[in-house]
Amino acid sequence: MVECTECGATLAMNEDTEVGELITCGDCGADLEVTGMTPPMVQLAPQEEEDWGE
Amino acid sequence: MLRVNVLGGSGYTGGEVLRILATHPMVEVGIVTSSSNAGKPLHQLHPNLRGVLDLTFSPRERLDHAEVLMVCVPHGRAMEMMPQLLQNADKVIDLSADHRLRDPADYPTWYGITHPHPENLQRFVYGVPELHREQLRSATAASGPGCMATAANLAMLPLFKAGLVEERHIIVDVKIGSSAAGVEVNISTHHPERANVVRAYAPTGHRHTAEVEQELAPYNGGRKPRIDLSAHAVDMVRGILATCHLRPRGEVTDKDLWKAYRDAYGAEPFVRVVNQKAGLHQLPNPKVLLGSNFGDVGFQLDPRGERIVAFGAIDNLVKGAAGSAVASMNLMCGLPERTGLEFPGLHPV
Repeated sequence: MVECTECGATLAMNEDTEVGELITCGDCGADLEVTGMTPPMVQLAPQEEEDWGE
Repeated sequence: MLRVNVLGGSGYTGGEVLRILATHPMVEVGIVTSSSNAGKPLHQLHPNLRGVLDLTFSPRERLDHAEVLMVCVPHGRAMEMMPQLLQNADKVIDLSADHRLRDPADYPTWYGITHPHPENLQRFVYGVPELHREQLRSATAASGPGCMATAANLAMLPLFKAGLVEERHIIVDVKIGSSAAGVEVNISTHHPERANVVRAYAPTGHRHTAEVEQELAPYNGGRKPRIDLSAHAVDMVRGILATCHLRPRGEVTDKDLWKAYRDAYGAEPFVRVVNQKAGLHQLPNPKVLLGSNFGDVGFQLDPRGERIVAFGAIDNLVKGAAGSAVASMNLMCGLPERTGLEFPGLHPV
């Protein structure tokens, strides 16, 4: 289990989750990068900036 | 099976009650009255019910006793008739505004009328399960909520429950579709005037303000918070979005807000917290709620501080009227709250 860095939701991680994998928070939709497994750690994954062509 | 009669079934709220009850697995619809349409088939006014509910409108005099009576007559009429109507059913649900306010003094203030039967006001439970679930289970009378008030109350309730906001300087900005004006027409509802409109029609003094202040008071130490509500007619048939601006009490973080909304709604069957960083409609939007009894709520903390924006979106005819009435009926009659109300809405629409 790990806490979403953005909204505090508790996220379950599978046993076969690997460092570097992206998981999505079901509550707030944040993409989180797995940075560690023992203990489980995540950080907000880099986001693509919106480009409206201006 | 519950036998349910509907008083005043020709309007939009009555039609929506009938639509939900028509497929409710524990309900048999009995008498549906309409003083101006007696003898006509229901589907002449509610064409979506053709082949689904093959009944005709009856005059009010034919109203017999039933387990439940849904009262869908215009504001001001139900309060006059209620002493008799309470004899017509074991449980009465009044979808008008006539029994929403607990303090009789609020009726002259907000509705410009003196309530003829103030003794009935304490008997009615405000019919929003998220606010009064346990009271509804033992109630014999419930009042349907105001649609704008429902959207605003659902949006702000977690903030008051958690004590995160000041009780003053609260601005509620509501956008609402045309069906909330009811089936009666006037020049402002004429298509050339109503289409493509964004019209401020009640910048101050909207009557639903009273319900918001009344229902949030128990979560504000018993004091009515000061709500300033402005209503806008927009180019939708159904739907409400209430955008509520509040001042945080002390330092509040995003995670504080998430916790408040999860604590309030984590176990609620019909309220969803919508505050997404990805995907379609990342904050509440009534577009995806049409026909459903869900209420979507969301929030955003102004990064400059001093403001929380809370959102509440509903279908005004369902969660804001008929759906809440049926959920109240379910609770009052010992049925599972979700019975007959599972429709998730349409997408796209």
